Amino acid sequence: MTIDLKTVKHISKLARISLDEKKAEKLATDMNSIFEFIEKLNELNTDNVEPLTSIAETTLRFRDDKITSENIREKILKNSPEKNDDFFVVPKVVE
Amino acid sequence: MSEITSLTLYELIKNIKEKKISSNEAAKSFVDRAEKSKKINVYVTENFENCLKLSKEFDDKPNFDLKLPGIPIAVKDLFCTNEVRTTAGSNILNNFVPTYESTVTQNIWNEGGILLGKLNCDEFAMGSSNETSYFGNVQNPIAEDLVPGGSSGGSSAALAANLTPVTIGTDTGGSIRQPASFTGTVGLKPTYGSCSRYGIVAFASSLDQAGPMSKDVKDSSILLEVISSFDKKDSTSIDFKRNNYSSELTRNIKGLKIGIPKEYRVDGMPDEIEKLWKKGIEYAKDCGAEIVDISLPHTSYALPTYYIVAPAEASSNLARYDGVKYGLRSSGKNLIDMYEKTRSEGFGEEVKRRVMIGTYVLSSGYYDAYYLKAQKVRQLIKQDFDQAYNKVDAILTPSTPSSAFKIGEKSNDPVSMYLNDIFTVPVNLAGLPGISIPAGVDKNNYPLGLQIIGKPFDEQTVLNIAYSMEEKINYKNNITDWWMK
Repeated sequence: MTIDLKTVKHISKLARISLDEKKAEKLATDMNSIFEFIEKLNELNTDNVEPLTSIAETTLRFRDDKITSENIREKILKNSPEKNDDFFVVPKVVE
Repeated sequence: MSEITSLTLYELIKNIKEKKISSNEAAKSFVDRAEKSKKINVYVTENFENCLKLSKEFDDKPNFDLKLPGIPIAVKDLFCTNEVRTTAGSNILNNFVPTYESTVTQNIWNEGGILLGKLNCDEFAMGSSNETSYFGNVQNPIAEDLVPGGSSGGSSAALAANLTPVTIGTDTGGSIRQPASFTGTVGLKPTYGSCSRYGIVAFASSLDQAGPMSKDVKDSSILLEVISSFDKKDSTSIDFKRNNYSSELTRNIKGLKIGIPKEYRVDGMPDEIEKLWKKGIEYAKDCGAEIVDISLPHTSYALPTYYIVAPAEASSNLARYDGVKYGLRSSGKNLIDMYEKTRSEGFGEEVKRRVMIGTYVLSSGYYDAYYLKAQKVRQLIKQDFDQAYNKVDAILTPSTPSSAFKIGEKSNDPVSMYLNDIFTVPVNLAGLPGISIPAGVDKNNYPLGLQIIGKPFDEQTVLNIAYSMEEKINYKNNITDWWMK
């Protein structure tokens, strides 16, 4: 199986990473060599194998529905690239 | 007395407790040496002034009951440190200053450790040579223009160069053990769930684990005891009885069964690695262990599995870097354009490559063929180990298929770079503890490591075997301080 340029561009849209033509071509080459290496898994029959989703054999713990951190608004906003009062600012979304 | 910076952690603690060295003297020695060692580029962010101040405060009111009394320690820049910039080696976090502390680092400060600074690493811990860092290459103190391994390359280099008495790294596919092997130091990846992942910049959440890196095995046991803890803030943290790893450390490993997996004899493995492994087997026998041949039949499928699972998890973890709440923002003509430009400018090539692979294997129509398939093979790999552990107490393998390579040598060939982790990746997939200890040198006098893999939660046995073998191997790094000349 090969990953063509069109697929690379589609994936870059999904991943929200802009790519110029040259970078897209380089990525197509790299991804093909990596997937060639990954295809080895097809040698194995895994029809009756349960997927391993978590190595830690624990069930998720419950906690009380309580606020544990208060007055952290300033902390949360501290690293924002652009803010206005208590809001994060993004480019205009609604016309 | 030998120089403060060349002491092991154990020796430094002893000297501080006996008041032969003050915390401030120790901090000064490490800071002075770091000032003369800029060329190896281990620090992304220095915390020197604060470290000197805090060490003085410790000396004014010392508490010698702590496990790390006034010990200056530099940590990998993947751990969030309150009010100290944390970059994960990425441009996208270049200006990020956390407002909270990771549990693992908090554990260190609670026991008296003092932050020296944040150490360089591969971007988002994705790499095996520290060459993917936005902040540049790190030099291996062993020889000029040699990589220190990765992703914890700043950590391994700082340790080998005597710039920190111990350090912590993170290990997703070998990122503690491989750099330890490349620099003649010790690195331990604990069982998944031992050390909290809270506040560690996430790469692949089902594989990431923090662990100690040190000059010898005893130091790793001291640091593990400090950082390993149950933490409610990490949903996969496991509540098990942790040993007092350092006080229970023993060289008595008589009668332990150590497995030698035949599948780790890979094609094209250099003779010197084969020889090192054989030597290791002899050392283990000398220590009283019994050697047992075992089989881990799915070993060769571990790397392909890893290169689906890790990028898939990374692509979802890294979705949070969108230029809105923190980190870099590039300007765009609309919201989507802003996202795309921010991520394009903020991420380096290797990170983009892995996000793309991850997005692809999780995308509609490919999920079953890749991600689900990989999770099934991961089960088989884990079962291999489960079965082996019916017969043996631990497993001995080489740490890496080669010694450290030159900067630039493998950076254009992702697959050959990935092969570095062939012996370490299965351990992460199965969530097991593994340690790399220095065991010899290659023809260029570059260090080579051996790996000891244990049963889940059995770090003590892993440490004991390493401690015992370390004495027989008697390895010493020959560091000439070439970067100061």
